[in-house]
Amino acid sequence: MAKTILAVDDSKSILQMVSFTLKGAGYQVIEASNGQEGLAAAQRQKVDLVLTDLNMPVMDGLTMVQRLRAIPACKFTPILMLTTEAGADFKAKGKAAGLTGWLVKPFDPQKLLGVVKKVLG
Amino acid sequence: MQDAPQNAFKEEAYELLSELEDSLLELEEQPDDHDTVSKVFRAMHTIKGSGAMFGFTTISEFTHEVETVFDLVRNGELPVSKQLVDLSLKARDHILSLLDCEAEEQEQYAAQGAELVVRFQALAGGVSAPAEVVATTIVEVQKDAHKDDATTYRIRFRPARDIMHNGTSIAQLLDELAELGTCRTIAHKTNIRALDELDPEGCYASWDIILTSDCGEDAIRDVFIFVEDDCELIIKAIDIGDDDDGMDRKRLGDILIERGEISQAEIDEVLAKNKRIGDLLVEAQLVSRDQVDSALLEQQEIRKLKEKKKEKSQSASSLRVPADKLDDLVNLVGEMVTVKSRLSQVANLSHDAELLSIAEEVERLTEDLRDSTLNIRMLPIGSTFSKFKRLVRDISADLGKEVELKTTGADTELDKTVIEQLNDPLIHIIRNSMDHGIEMPDDRVAAGKSRSGQVHLSAQHSGDSVIIKITDDGKGMDSEVIRQKAISKGIIGADEQLTHNDILNLVFAPGFSTAQQVTGLSGRGVGMDVVKRAIESLRGSITLESEKGQGSVVSLRIPLTLAIIESLLVQIGDGRYVLPLSTVEECVELTAKDIRDAHGRNLARVRGHLIPYVPLREEFAIDGKLPTVQQIVITQINGQQLGFVVDNVIGEHQTVIKSLGPMYRDVQCVSGATILGDGSVALILDIVYLMQKASEDGRMQRVENE
Repeated sequence: MAKTILAVDDSKSILQMVSFTLKGAGYQVIEASNGQEGLAAAQRQKVDLVLTDLNMPVMDGLTMVQRLRAIPACKFTPILMLTTEAGADFKAKGKAAGLTGWLVKPFDPQKLLGVVKKVLG
Repeated sequence: MQDAPQNAFKEEAYELLSELEDSLLELEEQPDDHDTVSKVFRAMHTIKGSGAMFGFTTISEFTHEVETVFDLVRNGELPVSKQLVDLSLKARDHILSLLDCEAEEQEQYAAQGAELVVRFQALAGGVSAPAEVVATTIVEVQKDAHKDDATTYRIRFRPARDIMHNGTSIAQLLDELAELGTCRTIAHKTNIRALDELDPEGCYASWDIILTSDCGEDAIRDVFIFVEDDCELIIKAIDIGDDDDGMDRKRLGDILIERGEISQAEIDEVLAKNKRIGDLLVEAQLVSRDQVDSALLEQQEIRKLKEKKKEKSQSASSLRVPADKLDDLVNLVGEMVTVKSRLSQVANLSHDAELLSIAEEVERLTEDLRDSTLNIRMLPIGSTFSKFKRLVRDISADLGKEVELKTTGADTELDKTVIEQLNDPLIHIIRNSMDHGIEMPDDRVAAGKSRSGQVHLSAQHSGDSVIIKITDDGKGMDSEVIRQKAISKGIIGADEQLTHNDILNLVFAPGFSTAQQVTGLSGRGVGMDVVKRAIESLRGSITLESEKGQGSVVSLRIPLTLAIIESLLVQIGDGRYVLPLSTVEECVELTAKDIRDAHGRNLARVRGHLIPYVPLREEFAIDGKLPTVQQIVITQINGQQLGFVVDNVIGEHQTVIKSLGPMYRDVQCVSGATILGDGSVALILDIVYLMQKASEDGRMQRVENE
């Protein structure tokens, strides 16, 4: 069965690009435009992977990750963050929030798929 | 924005297509270049995969057909032909046209595409699977382990206890590592708690991974990129040691010390007992069983890597050269050796110190040049061996026998021409073994042997020769049957007393055939005498051993090369002659007194043994004054000794063998000629023939009667 990926981003174009790429690779994609929407979507149905932006209106990415980890169904779900930088500072904060990994922007579709495949197998 | 990913794909595809064109043209020039084939395959695969990802279904489906064909090529199931390259270039242009036009216009190319697809499918021999709707993700090129610069790494991975709380899957990580190369994993389970103290979400185990990969350390670190802060990770390239250090592999203890798991002193203490070190260390509770297993794994991996390395150095970059160019080179070297002798001779006569030193240098260089050149012509005999596998298979089917061919020493090297000339004799010997030697399966079982017989073909070096043995475990040879046969054929007299070996060797006598009836295999008008002659024409020898019921062994001793040999130069009268040094055992003096004492019996007493000799002066009817002291050159072939009386032994000589012209074809006592340093010609004596002749004349028998 196709794996379900939750993509969370406030930028429409990025969301579209991510979604297009993942669908093309055979994944099911749920789109959400901020952390709040993402959290709601993850509570509604089981997702296999979460891809999220960091800076978003309403609820930012790290907060969403923390909240997601509190949902039993999402306790071990891999969560990747699409981010412009992956310094030690970010990593520490991300890990503390429960982040599995990250993908540095800008990235091309191939790279995105590579990371998704790495985490999903 | 909708078009952005598509444009990205188009750009990528244009790049790939241009690369593809280059690769295809390259392929036309070098059809065997595996790397180029892989390149073409990868390009096709990427276009197919990305095309599907970005909605270019037509392109993706079309490319799939091309990719299928190149998959066959990559696996060696389909050769690269001009036709294939032509077709692929057309396919490449077709993909380009599809890329260039809008989706609606693609229809116009449909017919062209369909035609190409049909032709590709025809090429693939109809085995091509129908185009499936591809939803492949990125191109995953399978990394072959043990590639050119494969390195073995020892990876220690101790995850933090809470590693799984971040959604990390350790199994996933290990799988990803395994994709990088050949991976052997040992889990350390010592820290796992009892069930009641165990946090089910915690990670207690740690792993040692021995990974052999050509991806480099960075690729390995990339696997752990998301977890490197949550674990203890040590990646270390294992030093597999220098090949020349004489030590075949690292010892287990050394590996454990290197890993810091134990000290040398602790090992020494435990080693005082006499057991396998791994068991001892575990028993002494210095290390855990897992740690030992992990170190053992590393040891095995190193051993494998070393073997591969050895193989690689053997198959080191090679160059194909037409054989006749090599023959020319050998001829030139031959001329060079001749000129070298001449130079040395002139230099010796001139007493010019400077010229002498130059001559010496040239002599040394020429010898090196000769050795290197002859080395080039050396080929492993294995290529011939593998042909026999098929032969044995076919013959056993014909005969209704079950025969297994075992070969050893396939990497033994011999001169190319020698290998070629060995082919027929070997075929004949193997046929004989299978026809006469190996019994029918039921007979074998009745005799208490395994159902299927074994023919063992082995080759090994021995000095300047190679010994090839053909061993079978068949019914062997009955010396009484052979004796009767030889008597009835008039080869030996009825009352002649012969040893077991002598009787066996009668099968090499002309006109001898033990087959009761002429079978399709052995009775092809070629007897063992022809085999023997073929071997002897290679200056080799053949012997036969057999025990009734136990099987037979045919041994061939073949000189490494035919072109240039070490020999002994002798003088008789005004003429000079050459004897192959490999047959010469020693030289002794023969005085007039010795001849008188022997009472005309041509026997010399050498350290208590009587050795028959042939006065070559008589043999060749050379007149002239005899020197007061003559020399006997004692030779040995197949365990038989025979001396040749010459006037004088001049010394060792590098002989470049030249064949005699057709006029001398019937001269049997001479096998060739060589040109000496002063330009004169010396004849090469055919020791085998001379010995045979002496034996027919009855000279050899006299020793036994003595």
